[in-house]
Amino acid sequence: MIEKDAFGFFVTLGLMMIVVYVTRIAGYWLIGRLVIGRRLRRMLDALPGAIIAATVAPALVQGGTRAVLALAATAGVMIVVRKDFFAVVAGVAVAAAAFAYGL
Amino acid sequence: MTAPPPASAEARWTFAAFRHGAIDVLPFVPGLAGFAMAYGTLAARKGMTLFETLLMSASIFAGVVQMVVLDSWPQTLTAGAIAGIVALTALVNARYLMIGATLRPLLGGQPPRKVYPTLFFLVEPPWLMSLRYYSNGGRDPAYLLGGGVAMYVVWVTTAIPGYLAGAAVGNPKQFGIDLLVPAFFVAMMVSLWRGPRRSWGLIVGALAAALTEFMFGGFWYLIVGAVAGCVAGVLNDD
Repeated sequence: MIEKDAFGFFVTLGLMMIVVYVTRIAGYWLIGRLVIGRRLRRMLDALPGAIIAATVAPALVQGGTRAVLALAATAGVMIVVRKDFFAVVAGVAVAAAAFAYGL
Repeated sequence: MTAPPPASAEARWTFAAFRHGAIDVLPFVPGLAGFAMAYGTLAARKGMTLFETLLMSASIFAGVVQMVVLDSWPQTLTAGAIAGIVALTALVNARYLMIGATLRPLLGGQPPRKVYPTLFFLVEPPWLMSLRYYSNGGRDPAYLLGGGVAMYVVWVTTAIPGYLAGAAVGNPKQFGIDLLVPAFFVAMMVSLWRGPRRSWGLIVGALAAALTEFMFGGFWYLIVGAVAGCVAGVLNDD
């Protein structure tokens, strides 16, 4: 459950809003003042994948067989049809079926 | 001040281009709506009110940030936890530094009072479409704004059915809803996969996160995983 301290929530949200907006304008603003070199570029390229992988890994570790089956189904469908909507539906369906079978 | 401005600096911002931009991002709408519904479901499960859920979407408008932060929201909101959330937000959205930089040709020369509000609506689909638009000779920056605003409206509104569904479901495991967010991320990982030799960032990020989670718990696994994956990514060949 989320912290029910409304003040803390709004402070956090406000800070997040500022940070996100700064990332949106900073690249446009900085270009010409800063050259994005090969190393920095590769680093920024690797970021989304690293974060997404880091989010999923603990779910796999904690979720056991049910999570492994469901996420394997998602990956399988995604590799074949390349539509994230169907991949997610397949994963959730497998998770629900695994739950029904007591996994 | 009688001479007309040069063509490259001409500030057009027509409604036609705005609409064109909005129409060109329509193929992304089903995916975005599904993602927004998953976010709404997650927010409901975390005990957020509908108002808080929509306020977060409307003020931040960054799906991965919202998902990752909400998924790892701490039990108690200490100053350290807030600092962690802010660091995570910056890390997740750092890729926008590159995205924003590539918009110089389209937006450069436009007045800042128009450019900076437009950049609030910057997300990946209209960015990709705008690069194509520009390379096909399009020069009206309202194209980018139209795509961004269309995505924004879909992102905020389609979280509502997701929230209602999430709030209605008793045991999320019964319908597999607890794995909705990981499933979305796995689907994204498949899209980002560039073969084992060029995906060190993914592999190292996942391993570092799993190890940190195993040893320390909390949400530091995300920051450790992201930084480790990022450093590993630098070592990848082009």
